[in-house]
Amino acid sequence: MLLSPALAISAVLFTLGVAGVLLRRNVIVIFMCVELMLNAVNLTFVALAQSLGLGGQVFVFFVMAVAAAEAAVGLAIILAVYRHKQSVSLQNMNLLKDG
Amino acid sequence: MTLTVFWIFGVIAMGSALLCITRKNPIASALWLVVTLFAVAALFVLLDAQFLAALQVLVYAGAIMVLFLFVIMLLNLGRPGPTDIKGPLGLLVAAVLAGALLLQLRVLSQTTLPAAIQLLPGTVAAVQEQRGIVGAVATPLFDTYLVPFEIASVLLLAAIVGAVVLAKRKL
Repeated sequence: MLLSPALAISAVLFTLGVAGVLLRRNVIVIFMCVELMLNAVNLTFVALAQSLGLGGQVFVFFVMAVAAAEAAVGLAIILAVYRHKQSVSLQNMNLLKDG
Repeated sequence: MTLTVFWIFGVIAMGSALLCITRKNPIASALWLVVTLFAVAALFVLLDAQFLAALQVLVYAGAIMVLFLFVIMLLNLGRPGPTDIKGPLGLLVAAVLAGALLLQLRVLSQTTLPAAIQLLPGTVAAVQEQRGIVGAVATPLFDTYLVPFEIASVLLLAAIVGAVVLAKRKL
């Protein structure tokens, strides 16, 4: 069975996504790491769908739809912020922190 | 044999994900992420989800990553500049937290599924043979999950309107 290797690979991919979010300052790269985490979860869904029924595969559709919506809105927000700050670094996005 | 192929694509996925989060240039990061997405699509094929693998290549590696590369191009971020990777302290924090998370996920994946809710081996393959690769996923999508499907269409509409409102200079 491919279940346990799939879960192991998925765990590593999710961890790498979290590490990327913690490690980087570029908002676009952080966003790509979030997509990586979503993909790791999709892999878990597909792996478990083999033994728990096709509902898991259907759920991956919804994750993909939400990921597409999230990417469109998130990148629009990044564009809007870049227009104000001329930067995509998280260090310059401290409006709520400093007041 | 299948297990070997599975691990080969898994190692490709994990290695390119590692390269994705460590490359300085955001374009290089995006392209390594595309490699990861393709490898995950291959894993989907090996896990009896051929249709989802096609969607993964079309939607993720195609549409979403092109959107990312387009924004990188639009903001002119491809030029060499100071690195955005955090210093040793940030690296330490990221490594410790990621290690703790990986440990938790490993423990979590050791749990065995109760036999009562498990399908017999080959059930999914039998359903796919009966209804076709696409039909096996489409039947529950338009039957049991019809209402979530309609809600997803509203969500996508809201996302389109939101993206236009946010990205446009003047309405």
